[in-house]
Amino acid sequence: MKPDTSTGHKGLELEEPLLFELDGRDRSGVDLPEPDLSNNRLGGLERTAPIGLPGLSEPEVVRHFVRLSQKNYSIDGNLYPLGSCTMKHNPRINEKIARMPGFADAHPLQPESTVQGALEVLDTLGHWLKTITGMPAVAMSPAAGAHGELCGLMAIRSAHTANGDPRKRVLVPESAHGTNPATATLCGYKVDPVPGNDRGRIDLSAVKAKLGDDVAAIMLTNPNTLGLFEDEVLEVAEAIHSVGGYFYCDGANLNAIVGRVRPGDLGVDAMHINLHKTFSTPHGGGGPGSGPVAFSEALAPFAPLPQVVTKDGKLHLLETKTGEAAQSFGRLRSFHGQMGMFTRALAYMMSHGADGLRQIAEDAVLSANYVLSQLQDDMSVAYPAPCMHEVLFDDTFLEGTGVTTLDFAKAMIDEGYHPMTVYFPLVVHGAMLTEPTESESKASLDNLISTLKYLADKAKSGDATHFTEAPRLAPRRRVDETAAARNPVLRWAPPSSPAQAAE
Amino acid sequence: MSDKHYTEDHEWVSMDGDIATVGISNYAQDQLGDVVFVELPDTGASLEKGAEVAVVESVKAASEVYAPVAGDVVEVNDAIGDNPSLVNEDAEGEGWFLKIKVAGAPDLSELMDASAYADEVAD
Amino acid sequence: MRYLPLSPDDRSQMLGAIGVPSVDDLFKDVPQSARRDGLLDLPMHQGELEVERAMEAMSARNRPAGAGPSFLGGGAYRHHIPASVDHLIQRSEFLTSYTPYQPEISQGTLQFLFEFQTQVAMLTGMEIANASMYEGATACAEAVMMAGRLTRRHKAVLSGGLHPHYGAAVRTTSQFGAMDVVSKDPTLDGGEDLSADLDDQTACVVVQNPDVFGRLHDYSGLAAACHEAGALLVVAVTEVVSLGAVKSPGEMGADIVAAEGQSLGVGLSFGGPYVGLMAAHKKHVRQMPGRLCGEAADVDGRRSYVLTLSTREQHIRREKATSNICTNSGLCALAFGIHVALLGEVGMRRLAGLNHAAAVDLAGRLEKIPGVTVADGAFFNEFTVTLPGPAADVVQTLADRDILAGVPASRLFPDRDELANVLLVAATETNTSPEMDALVAGLTEVLS
Repeated sequence: MKPDTSTGHKGLELEEPLLFELDGRDRSGVDLPEPDLSNNRLGGLERTAPIGLPGLSEPEVVRHFVRLSQKNYSIDGNLYPLGSCTMKHNPRINEKIARMPGFADAHPLQPESTVQGALEVLDTLGHWLKTITGMPAVAMSPAAGAHGELCGLMAIRSAHTANGDPRKRVLVPESAHGTNPATATLCGYKVDPVPGNDRGRIDLSAVKAKLGDDVAAIMLTNPNTLGLFEDEVLEVAEAIHSVGGYFYCDGANLNAIVGRVRPGDLGVDAMHINLHKTFSTPHGGGGPGSGPVAFSEALAPFAPLPQVVTKDGKLHLLETKTGEAAQSFGRLRSFHGQMGMFTRALAYMMSHGADGLRQIAEDAVLSANYVLSQLQDDMSVAYPAPCMHEVLFDDTFLEGTGVTTLDFAKAMIDEGYHPMTVYFPLVVHGAMLTEPTESESKASLDNLISTLKYLADKAKSGDATHFTEAPRLAPRRRVDETAAARNPVLRWAPPSSPAQAAE
Repeated sequence: MSDKHYTEDHEWVSMDGDIATVGISNYAQDQLGDVVFVELPDTGASLEKGAEVAVVESVKAASEVYAPVAGDVVEVNDAIGDNPSLVNEDAEGEGWFLKIKVAGAPDLSELMDASAYADEVAD
Repeated sequence: MRYLPLSPDDRSQMLGAIGVPSVDDLFKDVPQSARRDGLLDLPMHQGELEVERAMEAMSARNRPAGAGPSFLGGGAYRHHIPASVDHLIQRSEFLTSYTPYQPEISQGTLQFLFEFQTQVAMLTGMEIANASMYEGATACAEAVMMAGRLTRRHKAVLSGGLHPHYGAAVRTTSQFGAMDVVSKDPTLDGGEDLSADLDDQTACVVVQNPDVFGRLHDYSGLAAACHEAGALLVVAVTEVVSLGAVKSPGEMGADIVAAEGQSLGVGLSFGGPYVGLMAAHKKHVRQMPGRLCGEAADVDGRRSYVLTLSTREQHIRREKATSNICTNSGLCALAFGIHVALLGEVGMRRLAGLNHAAAVDLAGRLEKIPGVTVADGAFFNEFTVTLPGPAADVVQTLADRDILAGVPASRLFPDRDELANVLLVAATETNTSPEMDALVAGLTEVLS
């Protein structure tokens, strides 16, 4: 609720204007000398128009951003039950390592002789990823999961093209992440949706019915977006391979199987690995991510540039379509990949080791099943146990209460929790997808469980307003997204400036 | 409203001579929720029956609108471009999307009349 | 294992509560042939000390750019980052928060994104900007696809002065979207008439400022020619500090700006993660890719921020989305935003001025070395010099003496023999006079 204070502040929670509204013009938080531009060589292209930035001292800027930070939920503060996002603990040693000068201050175009350690990180992380996936090659450069999907589909398209026919269709389950159909379209394919069966898995007979020699690939998430292992995955792989198509696996849910199941053993030809999920590089409020792609023998020749190769005992970057990379589909981005994420992920993997990585999957799956077992009588579980690392509820338990999935999620905020993933996957009505991860203690899981029990009881008791008016206690209450979308205001502008007029 | 015909995709069409006025049904706007944006075609565009002709968006969803009849787009409703809430307020009146000039007599026999459509959406 | 809170006792209690004898029972849906009983062939877990030691050893096998003289550019630039930037981005609530889909508990992230969008719009001279892209080259590729959607045309003309990684990303990304990409040859004299390539199928012309060879251009004439032909002008910027000293792309008539923001707040980090900037006209916002943050009000009427216009995006639009992107470069955008906030108007202009002054100083010193020719024309903080022999060899020789002399053009244009002797040299506010002396002395010696 809006606090009844003269400042608008609420105790430690301080309201903060925009940077541009703070009082400042001529100050700077960085002391720099006036440059000598008597011999300028700008060719008459000097900027004459003011930029419009406010001038603030360092303490003002620090205070501004600290106040903003205090309006955010974070994994360091509490559990994130967000399904398909794998919000796990972010060890700080990884931050320290990423900031070692040899990594943080290496220029991407330094001579190779001066960056052997950086290339070693690429090579070593690649080795870990290949071992974990059981696949022979890995492309390191994709900047995020969706970028990895693009990388995988481009390799698939290149392989088909090399065979004389790029083919036309890509099969995508109806329960897939939105990035899958978006990526297939970007690669020039027609998306052919495949329904699921009543067990929450892909319908194998529907896959087989859709197969033909114009099918380029199937994109399957495994464990799938409903938190279930695709128990007929081997049959799906065999079916797609029987028509010469490829098996793309969306690796978003690798956390459930790392160390216990190698995707290569499931017949996967390409799979992206979200380092910011399974391997704990921080989400950072929405990025940066990193999405290396593992490839089967069949697709490895088409992997993008650059690639790390060993020659005469030295590591080299292959940056042209020559040698092993003669059939590469080319470059996806500038430079070599998300190095700052590689160092963090490698440190995370080394910390866990082969034994710890396997324990991650076991604890993640155990925790999700524990949550399921404790809530199955209070909420409605969409599919029978066991689940993998995520448990999926539908909104059957809210029927007749006047409380929607969204209301239920917002009431969690007042209880001190980030909501679970809601309304995804689309194929389950009022979906609430919950992924506790291996980072939670039993006490933390029990707290979550008792909170959800309390809310489920409260909803059933007829107290709908408790939910429809939630959240009451957060820094903001529900936001009018309709008005924001009808008349988008996407930047600050001083009153009466031309930019404002354009709004 | 009795002169309107409806499609299974919840468009309505109303004929005046060779001009077909097209919009989305009141039921469709209700299902969609607050409309925040309507993407309309350029006038002059030539449409086949069933072609994607517009997109109507709420905060969390986007739906395609398909041409119920073939012809050329002769007018679009700029008022809903500026004020998309018109679609919510008066979907089958002021919230119309576009006018299509049809060549020859359009075949509306596959479409539902108002009462058939009312039965359809009542299910 | 220090990151795993469950004890063996917890685990057996939880298994009991679930009602299964062992964790293996929870994996029963995995086909038998794909289950692995043993451990992967990888080292066992290690303590923090051991991990730090192993990674330190790898770090030590790199020469940090700042450990000695370094004049590398070519799309990534070494600048001083104020300490408070790194301190602030490591706050838990920024570092370890999720994408701000729940605005009630994400106003911190949303407000800084709104501020970031404003800063980017101001610097580029454009009306609006998005909440960031992966990095510059992918932003450029997305800009070309956006131009295709806006114009419904299928040809993109890429300047020879465009960074070759950007050109490659455009070609790779748009090759299956029926976009014909015409890539012009790089030219050292800068002579290039792109208006001759405009026709009624041209969606956009893509240029860079300063271009990959460091040269500054006024694209106002080209912008007019593009608009005359119904095409859009996309301007790429790889050195965003230049915007503090040079006429902005918006002032020149750009329709879309795709830039690399690494120079402000984000370190070199061997090429990533960086932060892509994208700015455009407001009328084109519905075809813009990536996240957008907008102003809103909550039910109590308090000003709030929220991700908006999401119907463009993949999680709603699926195969009809404007892009498959579902991330931005959040934390790097925050670093950029904090650095720009610290600089302010005065600091931004001084920083840009110091960069230019350093480059002018260095160019003046290099011109005096026999056998070295500094390119004519306007530049910002990077320029080319032509050497009497292959630049890559000179760079390697100097690297062995701990001087990073610059980027040989052959690294970026391996197929262009005519550029073999060309060296790209960049100077920033971090380069000292003794460092420049060291480069001049080293180069003089190697060439003599």
